[in-house]
Amino acid sequence: MRYFDLFDLPVQFDVDLLTLQDRFRSIQKQVHPDKFANGSDQQKLLAVQQASEVNDAYETLKSPLNRAEYMVAEHGHDVKHEQETIKDGAFLMQQMELREELEDLESSNDPEQALDVFYSDIKKLIKLYTDEFNVNFDKQEYKLAAMSVKKLRFIYKLKSEAEALEDKLLDY
Amino acid sequence: MAYSEKVIDHYENPRNVGSFDKNDPSIATGMVGAPACGDVMKLQLKIDDKGIISDAKFKTYGCGSAIASSSLVTEWVKGKSIEEAQALSNTEIAEELALPPVKIHCSILAEDAIKAAIEDYKSKSSN
Repeated sequence: MRYFDLFDLPVQFDVDLLTLQDRFRSIQKQVHPDKFANGSDQQKLLAVQQASEVNDAYETLKSPLNRAEYMVAEHGHDVKHEQETIKDGAFLMQQMELREELEDLESSNDPEQALDVFYSDIKKLIKLYTDEFNVNFDKQEYKLAAMSVKKLRFIYKLKSEAEALEDKLLDY
Repeated sequence: MAYSEKVIDHYENPRNVGSFDKNDPSIATGMVGAPACGDVMKLQLKIDDKGIISDAKFKTYGCGSAIASSSLVTEWVKGKSIEEAQALSNTEIAEELALPPVKIHCSILAEDAIKAAIEDYKSKSSN
C-alpha cells in the first residue's frame, strides 16, 4: 500500500497537514480494533495490523524528514538503512562547526538569544535542502534527491539537539 | 540496548579528543558523516616525513558507539605506517568493541574517516 494513496494525496512533498490529519482520523475509525471486539480472532488480528499500518503511514507523512525519506525510498534509495558514509567535506565541516557552536552556546552571555539566532540558521538550512530535494525530485533525479534527504537528516538531528539544549536552559 | 564494557570505557574516557591545525602540512584531516543517523566524525592524523602516523586526534558528534569507534582508532593508528592504517577494517573495530549489528555503521564511519584522512594526506603531499 502506498502511503500517499491511502490518504488520497498527490505524491509530493508539500502536504496539507490538516487534510492529512482529517483523513487519518476517518480511516482510523474504520479500522480501529475496538470495532472488531466481537469479531473472529482473524478479524481482530487483521484490524490490529491495519491500524498499525495506518499509524505508520500517518507518522511517516506527517514528519517532513520521514516524508522525504519515504518519497526517495519508493524510488529505490533507502536512506534509513544507508551504510555508505558521506564525504562531502564542505558540508561536513559546516555541520561540525554548527555542533561546536551549539556546544559553546550554553556558556554565552545570553544563551536564549544565541539559541534564537541558531534556530534561524537551522531553519535556513532546512529550507535550502528541502528546496533542493523538491527540485531534484521533480526532475526525477532521485539519487540527488536522496543526497538532499541525507543532508537534511544531519540538520534535523542538529535541530533536535538544539531543542534538547533549550529544554535544559528553560529548566533553571 | 546495552553497550559493551569497552564501548563504555572509550565513551567515558575518550582518548585523543581534540583538533590539530588542519592547515599544517603534516596534518591529514578526514571528515565523514553517517546519513542513517546524522553522526559526524573528524579524524586527524599527524604524519611524519617517513609516512608514520605519530599522533591522532578526533572529534565526533554522535552516539556512544561512534565516539568509542573513533577513540579506538586514534589509539590503533599511532605508530602505524599509512599503508598499515589504510588496511584497518571496520570488522576489526566492531569486533574489538563488540558492537551489535545496528551499530556496525559506527565502525564503518571510523574506517572511512581513516581512509578520508589518508586521501587528504596524499592530495596534500602531491601538491
